[in-house]
Amino acid sequence: MINRRSWQGWVLVGPALLVTLVLFAAPMVMVILTSLYRRTGGTTNRTLSLDNYLRLATDATIHQALLNSLEVVGLTVIFSTLVAYPLAYIIAFRVPAKWQALVLLLTVVPFWTSYVVRSYSWLLVLAKNGVINQTLQSWNLIGEPLTLANTRFATVLAFVHFFVMVSTLTIYASLRQIPRNLPLAARDLGASPFYVFARVTLPLSIPGVTVGAFLTFVLAIGDYITPQIVGGGNELLLPQLLMLQVSRRGDFPLAAAMALVLLVIVAAVYAVSAKNLTLERKR
Amino acid sequence: MKLLRGSISWIYALLVFGFILMPVASLVVFSFQATNLPLPPFTGPSLRWYEELFADSGMVEALRNSLVVGVVSAFFSTALGFLSAYGLARYRPAGARAIRAAIMTPLGVSYLVIGFGLAITANELALGRSLVLVTLGHIIINLPLAFAILLSQMRDEDETLEKAARDLGANEWVVITRIAIPVVVPGLLAAFLLSFTLSWDEFLIAFFLADFDVTLPIEIWSQLRTGLDAKTNAAGTLVFAISVVALTLAYVLNRAVQQRSRRA
Repeated sequence: MINRRSWQGWVLVGPALLVTLVLFAAPMVMVILTSLYRRTGGTTNRTLSLDNYLRLATDATIHQALLNSLEVVGLTVIFSTLVAYPLAYIIAFRVPAKWQALVLLLTVVPFWTSYVVRSYSWLLVLAKNGVINQTLQSWNLIGEPLTLANTRFATVLAFVHFFVMVSTLTIYASLRQIPRNLPLAARDLGASPFYVFARVTLPLSIPGVTVGAFLTFVLAIGDYITPQIVGGGNELLLPQLLMLQVSRRGDFPLAAAMALVLLVIVAAVYAVSAKNLTLERKR
Repeated sequence: MKLLRGSISWIYALLVFGFILMPVASLVVFSFQATNLPLPPFTGPSLRWYEELFADSGMVEALRNSLVVGVVSAFFSTALGFLSAYGLARYRPAGARAIRAAIMTPLGVSYLVIGFGLAITANELALGRSLVLVTLGHIIINLPLAFAILLSQMRDEDETLEKAARDLGANEWVVITRIAIPVVVPGLLAAFLLSFTLSWDEFLIAFFLADFDVTLPIEIWSQLRTGLDAKTNAAGTLVFAISVVALTLAYVLNRAVQQRSRRA
């Protein structure tokens, strides 16, 4: 009887497993296999070799792109956390409870705009004669318009814009779980407000910071749109270089090796932070 | 002191919300621009660019494609998600943990890698790029989410109902269609709407897999090459509006779902 139920269960999960196998597992195997091929001349040589990985290890352009990616994403994680933390704190402890859901909803407005459109709307703001430049000029703060679009600054700004929302949500969730009587008890025992924050509130909210930073890192490092539209082609990030291999060179094997580098980076970051990645309160 | 701290908080919150809302506001406001460039000064309001948008057959076609891909892929993600969540929760097959992990794995891989993998696989099988491939790509990225939402909705109390029905002589088909599905309708709708929204917005996978028939994000992307254009603002505002409607529905349903869980 138990066996029969188990078998019926497999029938029900079967279609989803099959779809995952065909549309996910098989393509991933293809990526690994393709990364071992070689693009020579105009054709793909199917003898397996580690040539692409050798190129990844030695090619200066690729190193630069990887470095750019890590720097841009690192800056994004730092600035989104710095901007999001006070906001989450204000929402959790200053905004009346019944308004908190509405304020959080306002925070996630950028999520409701589509991916491509969101980046495009940053161009409107940052363009030579865009909103920021025209405002600054009308206040006579600057003479010549500033170059804001197509720079690393623009990429980081657009990333931070999106990920402030993510981190605000995760940090808020952590802050709300802190029992209110802990900071109150510390105050009663004579701790200054700053000391209470540094020794009680902040340490207890670290899970939210970690989860937010992790999501930011994982989602930003694989992103192609934002750097491409807002940052332009002046300095390439790894996903941009990958797309160049696909669209311009038709070098699928090298692109596949790069895709695996992205996967390994994400897996490594996950492995390092896995045990801290929970928003549930430890009991 | 307290007053000062309070006002610093409010000023900070206002500044951050200004930052968060500025791009969206620029997008929406300048979609009603009367002149060509979506840049200050504001010359509208005018619906000129919305008229031009609907007169643009490429845009209208892409809009229709996006709706079809979104609805079809969301339907399959939700259906597959439901069957697997139901199978896992009710039948507890051998290897349940492994099955759950397998279905959830695609969530940990970026769209860039998934899209690229599907593109080279299709290439290997000599399958031409098409909207069908885009739909398949969107099914696989949304399946883990639909599955997770529906698994959280499988409650033991409902199993008691199903057992009672079986005792009264109902077969599995009747149990699933008359009890198991109706009790999770809010969860099904939430999963469907979230899947739809994510497909509706999705760029990278569609970019890898679409050919001449494209989805809306791809069409907007190709219009970006001509630079800033008020018509793109109109298209972007429209996409925004449809996402808002879908997500608001999902939010309302999700609240209904949570209230149901709380009652239980």
